[in-house]
Order: sequence, then structure tokens, then C-alpha cells
Amino acid sequence: MTKRFDVIGKPRRRVDGRAKVTGLTRFADDVVLPRMLHCKLLRSPHPHATIESIDVSRAQARPGVHLVLTGKDFPVTFGILPVTQDEYPLAPERVRYVGDPVAAVVARDEQTAFEALGFIEVEYRPLKTISDPEEALATPEPRIHSYGEQGNIHRLQAFEFGDVNEALAKADHVFEDVFFYQGNTHLPIEQHASVAAVDGEGKLTLWSSTQVPHYIHRALANALQIPPAHVRVIACPNGGGFGGKCDLHNHEIVVSKAAILLGRPVKICLTREEVFYMHRGRHPVLMKMRTGVTKDGKITGMHTQTLLDGGAYGGYGAASTFYTGVLQTVAYHIPRYKFDACRIFTNKPPCGPKRGHGTPQPRFGQEVQLDKIAEKLEIDPAELRLSIVAKPDSLTANWLKIGTIGLAECIRKVVASSDWKNRFRKLPEGRGVGLACGAYLCGAGLPIYWNKMPQSGVQLLIDRSGQVTVFCGATEIGQGSDDVLAAIVAEVLGVDPYDVRCVTGDTGLTPVDLGSYSSRVTVMMGNAAIQAAELLRDLIARAAAEHMETVPENVGFALGRVFRADDPGKLMSFREAIVLAEEKFGTLGSVGSYSPPRSPGRYKGAGVGPSPAYSYTACVVEAEVDRKTGWITVPKVWIAHDIGRAVNPVSARGQVEGSVYMGLGEALMEEQVFRRLPPKLSNALVHKIPSLLEYKSLTSLDMPEVFTELVEDPDPNCPFGAKEVGQGPLLPVMPAVANAVYDAIGVRIDELPITPDKVLAALEKKAKGETPRVGPESFPDVPYPEPMLVPPPWEGGDGNSVNTPRRRPLKKEALA
Amino acid sequence: MKTAAPTNVHLTLRVNGEEQQVSFAPYKTLLEVLREDMNLTGTKHGCELGECGACAVLVDGVPVLSCLALALDCEGRAVETVEGLASGGKLHPLQAAFADLGGAQCGYCTPGILMTAKALLEKDPNPSRERIKEAISGNLCRCTGYQQIYESIEEAARTMRESKR
Repeated sequence: MTKRFDVIGKPRRRVDGRAKVTGLTRFADDVVLPRMLHCKLLRSPHPHATIESIDVSRAQARPGVHLVLTGKDFPVTFGILPVTQDEYPLAPERVRYVGDPVAAVVARDEQTAFEALGFIEVEYRPLKTISDPEEALATPEPRIHSYGEQGNIHRLQAFEFGDVNEALAKADHVFEDVFFYQGNTHLPIEQHASVAAVDGEGKLTLWSSTQVPHYIHRALANALQIPPAHVRVIACPNGGGFGGKCDLHNHEIVVSKAAILLGRPVKICLTREEVFYMHRGRHPVLMKMRTGVTKDGKITGMHTQTLLDGGAYGGYGAASTFYTGVLQTVAYHIPRYKFDACRIFTNKPPCGPKRGHGTPQPRFGQEVQLDKIAEKLEIDPAELRLSIVAKPDSLTANWLKIGTIGLAECIRKVVASSDWKNRFRKLPEGRGVGLACGAYLCGAGLPIYWNKMPQSGVQLLIDRSGQVTVFCGATEIGQGSDDVLAAIVAEVLGVDPYDVRCVTGDTGLTPVDLGSYSSRVTVMMGNAAIQAAELLRDLIARAAAEHMETVPENVGFALGRVFRADDPGKLMSFREAIVLAEEKFGTLGSVGSYSPPRSPGRYKGAGVGPSPAYSYTACVVEAEVDRKTGWITVPKVWIAHDIGRAVNPVSARGQVEGSVYMGLGEALMEEQVFRRLPPKLSNALVHKIPSLLEYKSLTSLDMPEVFTELVEDPDPNCPFGAKEVGQGPLLPVMPAVANAVYDAIGVRIDELPITPDKVLAALEKKAKGETPRVGPESFPDVPYPEPMLVPPPWEGGDGNSVNTPRRRPLKKEALA
Repeated sequence: MKTAAPTNVHLTLRVNGEEQQVSFAPYKTLLEVLREDMNLTGTKHGCELGECGACAVLVDGVPVLSCLALALDCEGRAVETVEGLASGGKLHPLQAAFADLGGAQCGYCTPGILMTAKALLEKDPNPSRERIKEAISGNLCRCTGYQQIYESIEEAARTMRESKR
């Protein structure tokens, strides 16, 4: 492209940067309203129990207490996905994890509400606690939910794209590995907060820490059984989201109900302990991968099996389950592919989407397995990957459409910058380098509820003052959503991005955008913004052309000026041009919409995985392992990300480095784990470390130097070619760490996080002459159903399935 | 029934150079009094147990975790928060650098880091990268991976040294 940009691609202060450094960004807990009351939730101390009785009379009588709510005040279930309406705002009869809310107190201040919680008497009858998937498979009764596949199996999915057994039989080698990826949590520094208020007309407004105001709007209206037209959800800028603010949360419904009942604003801010209970984070996933390769390292077929520990509720879990399988095919050419996935209910905080949503776990397995394959075949792992990178403008075995793919360039960049050839298998004992790649969506192809409407809408308002106001439902969660919006509008209209006012994330004012998740914002909002801005630019060009005695096509826009392209000396200010346009056309405004292209897959289940574009990343991690303590130090990380085009390179680099940070946390220390209390207490399963003191994440002293490179190969489906950068760069980090540890000390740690105890255990095995590996030994017998058979595109398929598999799994297997 | 709420204390706090009479329950932390009683919501909270550093403010020039400090103890001492960092409309060099160089992403940990960095630069106008890492090791940031924060602090230090010349 020869077009020069004035805004796009220039490193700049983000448009909301000033507010963020002056303390003026208004997060949800900063919202203070007159007559505001405060809410606290009483949460279950039992992981699984029936509620025998609740007596709130003493709490209700406390001075300063305005309202006490319990499950009977909320008869309707909710859930973020239409298919899983399995949660109650306050549990009426049954609690399913430690932290499940059972009652709420609204009082004059937080302290009074908190104290009143102690006066609520709840009698519980504990039920058997189901702590992990294997226990759940062996324990069909009691069922945690009465819906699902059977017993405590929430979801089962099975797809086969070409005959994988045949592909493996024809391979020179078949590699079979079992991996485990422990669950971890988002840990945004901002704890979730919400304020609900009823306005003069009796309509509800909810200010909340949410990434998805539109979905919350829908689900909240349904949960409260009030018309959506009477509900307004304002997503305050999030103090970090990472996927943890994508569900409709119990407290959002509770304060809304309380505000309606009391006619006064009601606020809640969760404690950090409560945020750990609410969770919705990374699913613990056990994986088995069988991969057939030729002797020169070409993949003939792959079979991925996953078992997800979903926790107590559905949430986004059905989607998470798909994501443990569907994106395995977009990085490398895999001619035949099969995946079986299973999500289990357990009595733990519900899991959900966290940065990378369901894909980091199988990516970890795949990339570590590729490292093993490369070693066995005596091929350099970078060369091996370069030889199997998927082709641009191609279809995958599971019918995903790949557009541009900069993966090979990313690999070459990190190989060069890290001096890979002189380091891999050449560093002294105790030091090593590891390489891995990743691929991610630029927005999910389908919304979470079925509809044919746009996934992003942008509205522009412009007037004689010269101000440009852009409205969009997209949500600023720290990633720079507002900045991308302002930059794109500014580029098209030739104005300064700091002259564009962004009104975002407000369902009462802004056109629908589905929110900040699945790395969709830049692509979807950006395309809608371009459309809206171009419509407006055309109107202005027509008015200005008349004045400048030329044709509209000859009118240029840049740097706040409107000019004749063939004679740039003939110009006027942007503001003068607007006056002309307003004279000619009346009040000026425009809208833009974006819907992703239709995906070629036609089989049932083909809706999860398609995206307008895929982003790619390659990463090299250097690790130093202390053989005495097992301690792993990461001194440096080299990472290259295929971003298409960086809208603002400052923000883009920040996303990459933040991903490395979060990935290293998942690789080395972060885990959301549970323990059983001693039987004399209750034998209950409790969160091991629901506090920031014990949930370890990297501090500045642990964070390595990161060398970041951006690969810019503009994608035609993306605004100015810009792909996502918020999630993809996380994916290669964890397997690169595992591969670096192997290079350093020759042990395989096939589970995350890679903690010193596992390193020491593996070294001990090595010393004893045993297989130097720590990781899961086996994969349980999961009653996966008969797969849906879909021939891959190169085997004559048309994107449809050729069978109608039985819905239900075989019962006898489940009970084995 | 007798309410458990103790009688409020009345005292004068000096925040960002301004003296203000405040009345609050004696058990309240400096964080709570700043946010709830003085409407200075720029100071954030992330853990309530002194682990995340989001609530850091300066008391007599020293970074203090306001979630662990009693407001009562701050009488007669100079409290500085993010609201006092800019002078009029002009950003403090640290603020300008954080905004320009990606030091703030979501901006939630930013006030605490800015205040911690201000104390650092007052003591050491030309800190090494290692010194910066050490100084902000009590401030968790989940967005940036810290690199752009280091660069912002280094850039601010440079600007401040140059303006003194």
C-alpha cells in the first residue's frame, strides 16, 4: 500500500491517556451518587449443600440496614449463554461452590452491611463434594445440575475431519502425549464493582466493571423480568479485564434489584477474596494428543482430546469447550484432524474465558509435543515449524478460512533476534532456550446469541463547531479501545485524534457492539467506524467540492484541512467544510455496521472458530534453572507478533509485553487451586489461596526483558489491515518456557505451572535413570460420543457433516 | 438496640498541600478516608492487605500503602495523592511520560506507581533500571509487563534533570 497515514501506525499518547495518569478515569467504584447505599453478599461456606433454611430477621433489624434479599426474591435463573441458564442471583435451595451467594444486605454503609451479614442464619445440609473431573466421571450422583449430558458431564463434543486413524497409521511416527494445564485466574487489579440507580422515570441504570455491556443489558433485563428498554448499562473503563468481566455476575443483578426496590442508588464492590470466588477464569484442562508425522516432520493427522474442569456453573463453558479444539488447526497444516472435548461440573468456582479463551491449554500441548517431535526427528524446532506453517488464503481441515498469515516471518524474526542457532542445545547445562508459536482469533465469527444483526455499530455526530463525536458500544478495558476508535475516525476524516470525543460502552447512548472479548474490537468496531466515517466524509466532500469547483473524488482530507487533491493550495479548514456540508445537507451524522464474513463450515458446531482473520505469534524464551532449588529464572524473551498493522505501536507493544507477563505467570506460578479441609472440620473443598498474598504473580523483579517485534502484513478483512494483539501473544509463552526448561536441564514438565517442586521431582527421576518427566500419566476413559464426520475441503467435502451422530454418550462407559 | 458504630473523630488532614477538616470513624484507613470522605477517588484499591500497591500515596514524602495506614495517624503529616501531581493543567513529567510511552494501560495501578516513582525520583534523580525495578516491586501491574513503566520513569527522570539544568 502506498497510502501514507497521518494517524494510523504513529506512536502516540492514547486519547484517554491523560485521564489515566491524573486519576480522573472513572472506574465503577469511583461512581458516587447522592443517597447511595451499600451492598454486601453472604456467600456459602460449603462447596455443595442444600439450604435448609435462611433466617434474615436479625439482620433486617440491624440499625442502618435497609434491605435483605435472599433466593426467594429472584425466581428466574440466568446465564450468559442462552443455552446455559443455570445460575440464580442468590441461591434459593442449593449452593454449588464455596462463595456461591445466598443472601444480600443493603445498608447505609459498607461496614454496617458487612456486620449485618453475620446476623443471617443459614442452615445447610452438606452434599458430597465433587472436586475434579475424574471424581465427577466416577460420581454421576449427586448431580450438581439436573441438565447436561449425563451425571456430572456438562458438555461433550466430538468432531472428525477426515479419517484420523488412517492418517496416523500411514505416519512414520505417532506421538502420544498427555498434558495438564492448571486453572488460573485473571487477577485484574480492579475488583469488580457495580452501582445501580433508578432515574426519575423509574428506569434502571447500572454502572459496572464489565467488558460486555450489551450482553449484560440483555441478560440483566431477562433476569429481572423488566423490559430491556428500561435498562441502561454503562460499562465503566475496566481496571483490567482479561476475560473476568464478561459474565453477568450475581452482584450486578442483586444491586439492580435492590435499587429498584428501594428507589435509591446501591453500590457493591467485591473484596479480593470474593473476586477469587467469582473467578470465571482459565479452565484446568487435561489433554491427550496423538499426532502422526512423516520422517521429515510433516503432520499427517492429529487427534486432540480434552477434559475441562468447568467448576460449578455453565457460564461461557460451552464455548470454552469448543475452543480447546477448534483453533489447533490454524497455525500449521494438519490434513486430518479430530477432537473430542468434555466439560465437567465440579464444586469449585465456575471457570470461563481468560485471555486466549480455551486455546492456551491445547496450544501448550501442541507446541511442547512439536518440540518432542523435532527432537526425535533431529530437526531444528524452528525449521520444523517453518516447514509446516499453514498457507495464506487457505481452508483448514475443520473449515476455518485463513487469510493472511505472518507466522513464518514471526518465526524467522525470533530466530534471528534470539540468536537461536547459536544457543539452542548449545548453552551450558542449566541454561536453555525454547521456541513456540501461537494463533488466535480476531473476533469470534458469531455472537453468543443467534441473530443476523451487526456485531458492531458506530455512529458519528459532527457539527459546525468542528467537533466529531463517535458513539460505539465497545468497551475500554485498558487495551486502548477508545484510542483505536478515535484513531480510525481521525484517519478517515483527516482530523486530530485528540479532537474526537469517544462515547463508548453505554447501552443507553451507543449503538450495539458486542464488547471487549475474543479480540474482536479493533477488527469489528474498526470496520464499522471506517464505514461511518467514510459516509460522512463523502457528504463533506460533496459540499466542499461544490465550493472548490471540483468533483467530490478530488477532495482530500488531512491534518484538519479539506483541500483539492490536484491543487492542495486550494483548501479550507475542516470546520469550514462542515459548515458547508451542514448548509447543504442539514444536521450531519452517519452510522456504520460490521458483520463478519460468513464462514464456509456448514456442519453443526462450525460456528465456533471462524474469524475475519487470525493473528500469529512466535516466541523464544530463555530459562535458567537452579538444579538445587528447582527455581526457574527467565532472563529474556523474544517475541514477534503478526498484527497486520499496528494502529498505535505504543499500545500494540504494551499488549504484547503484557501478554508475555501474563503468560509467564501461567507458566511459572499462577494457579487457582483447592484443598480439602480436614474431615473433623467439614472435609469441604476450599480455595487454597483466595488472596493476593498467596496467589503469586510476577512483580517487576521477576519480569524479564522482552524484545518485541511486530510483523505488519495488512489483512484485507481488517481496518487498515490491523489484526488483534490483545490475546494471541500470550499463547506461545507457556510452551516456550517448558521447551526452554527441557533445553536447560533435559527434563520434560508436561503440566503447568512449572514450579520448583516439579523441576526437582523430574531431576530426581533423571538421576535415578527413570523417564525424566513430570506430568499426567494417563487420560481417563471419557464417554465421548460418536464424532460428527466432516470431510476436509481437500477430500471432497462441502463443509457439511456426512453423518448424524447420536447425541447421547454411552452410559456404560461413563460409569466405568 | 445499640449500634456498634463508634463516634467519629474530627481532625485536619493536609492532603496535596490543602488542609481539610474531616470527620470519620476512627477505624477507617487512610485509603477509605481519602476515597470516601474526601472524594479523592484517584487512589485505588486492589487487595486490602498491602500486597498490590494500588493504594500507594506519599506521607511526608515516603510511599505508604494507604490501605494499611490509619487516617488517624496522618494528622499533621503531608499526604500526597495522584490528584496533587499535576500543577494546574500541567502534567507532572511522570504523568506525561506514562501517558506518552504506554506506562498506563488500564490505568488502575497507575496512581500508586506514579506516587512510588515520584518518591524514587526525589531521592534518586537518575535511577538505574535495577533501582527502578526494586522501587516499584511492591506495585503489581497486570497489564503492561512493566517495561513501558520503566521507560516512562526513565524518560520522566531525564526530563526532570534537564529542567533543573
